[in-house]
Amino acid sequence: MIRYKWWQPFLYLTPMGLVILFVYGYPLIRVFDFSMRRIRGASGPFIGFANYRFVLRNPIFQEAVKHNLFLLVGVPILVIIALIFASLLFEQLRGWKFYRFSLFLPYIMAVPVIGIVFSYMLMLNGSLNEILRFLHLDFMALDWIGSPKIALKSILAIIIWKEMGFGIVLFFARLMSVSEEIFDAAKIDGANWWQTLWYITIPQLQIVIEFFAIVSIINLLSWIFAYVYTVTRGGPGSSTQVIELWIFNKVARGAPNPGMGAAASVILFLATMVLIFTLLRLRMKVGEEE
Amino acid sequence: MKPMTRITHLDFERVAQKTVKQLLLIIVTFIALYPLYWLVATSLKSQSDYLYNKFGLPWPILMGNFLTALRGGRFLRWFLNSTIITIGSTLAGTTIACFAAFAFAKMPFRGSNAILNFVISLMVVPPVVMIVPLFILYAQLQFTSTYQGIIILYVGLTMPFSVYMLTNFFKTIPHDIVDSAMIDGCNYFGILWRIYIPLSAPALVTLIIVNALWIWNELLLALVFLPRDDMRTLMVGITAFKSKLNLDIPVTMAGLLMTTLPMIILYIVFQRFFIRGLTAGATKG
Repeated sequence: MIRYKWWQPFLYLTPMGLVILFVYGYPLIRVFDFSMRRIRGASGPFIGFANYRFVLRNPIFQEAVKHNLFLLVGVPILVIIALIFASLLFEQLRGWKFYRFSLFLPYIMAVPVIGIVFSYMLMLNGSLNEILRFLHLDFMALDWIGSPKIALKSILAIIIWKEMGFGIVLFFARLMSVSEEIFDAAKIDGANWWQTLWYITIPQLQIVIEFFAIVSIINLLSWIFAYVYTVTRGGPGSSTQVIELWIFNKVARGAPNPGMGAAASVILFLATMVLIFTLLRLRMKVGEEE
Repeated sequence: MKPMTRITHLDFERVAQKTVKQLLLIIVTFIALYPLYWLVATSLKSQSDYLYNKFGLPWPILMGNFLTALRGGRFLRWFLNSTIITIGSTLAGTTIACFAAFAFAKMPFRGSNAILNFVISLMVVPPVVMIVPLFILYAQLQFTSTYQGIIILYVGLTMPFSVYMLTNFFKTIPHDIVDSAMIDGCNYFGILWRIYIPLSAPALVTLIIVNALWIWNELLLALVFLPRDDMRTLMVGITAFKSKLNLDIPVTMAGLLMTTLPMIILYIVFQRFFIRGLTAGATKG
């Protein structure tokens, strides 16, 4: 065992502590304070919960919340896609290394780059619709990002396109570490593809599936700013407005109102925390019952 | 004489299944790669070629779009900013995380586990929550549009993951090595520097790649805290680029390709590290 004086670990922890206090500590405390003030410049008078009332009654904020919740549809879709293709990769058919390389590629590309590329590809006279017309599927050539009814779904599709590679590679890496005997035994018992997936692959992957689902929930609630900002800027109208963009607009754009931005931040923060703790509690309960 | 191979019903079924599986993989791979193909192909077309040929191969191949995108030097300036910020934040962040992880892994004290868990749990805090107070603070400190201002933020935001990963790795290094080094008269810093850092080289490379990738690609904070044009990062730059050059799509694509190329090259060279690092959160347990 290393012998050390009582103060030595703290010396090693100090730089990290200072950075964490500056980047997380100060803002997380201050955001609660700011959310109860009418901010002008650096601070402002205390106004209680007025900002919260205003934020919660703001129709655009309400829409943003609904959109974030709608995007959660992506979680089961991502899990299913990742499961199917991870187990296909696991069979190590010819070319599997190339498939894995290619499927992970979107995940390392920058969201702004992806957002801009898709915003041109999905335009009314963009590449996707030209292909559809070329194939005489004109009826499918929609205004993917220009129509308020479809734009949010298009953004979800872009997010799924980028994030699926992460899930596939994650599940695949886990499958590779599971002992092959289990799969061999299943094969000898004559289990078909679906039975193997349902009775062996999914139970073996349970922990990573939970992990991936939680990461995806966090992403879809609070990490999608760059997609929305580069593809639609929240439009058309407010049809793709999300909470992050709403907060961003309260500090950076036309009529800044940091107090309201802070109130919305607190709501997002608490919602994320409650959600994560509930999920972890559920997971622990399930663990106890088993 | 060889026995004739008879194609049974089962064989046929197996071949059919394999074909279907290959086909599914080919389709999903095509979907994953198509936008990248489109980005490269469009960047090599002239504006008028593009209008008539939106998804075919580029012919004749045109390199001029890259020069047009570079014209005026703004793009190079953003590239330089991104490079400085990415390298600065990654180096500072990794160094600080090394010290902290060493203390967590090898100098346990009462409450050290609680602190570690707290730091790791910060990973789930959405960065947008910190923006309002930091925005006001930065205006007061005159930290807006400075390298040090954004670097501190990136160092902080990557810290929970870095500490988590390095602590786990340091814990796997056996104590015996440390004991013999102590006997040889090494102090704690010497142990960290001469033993832990070299032994952790693969983990460090992985960590540096993950952090660099995240910082290079980050948009929200760069947008809020680097508003001045000459301080922009590439990600902010191309977003502005898009609205200005809206009509010249091939030139925009040339800019985007140059923006994303460094990471794609790194990915091709260090694929293993990328995959290992980005899936590090889940391989345990």
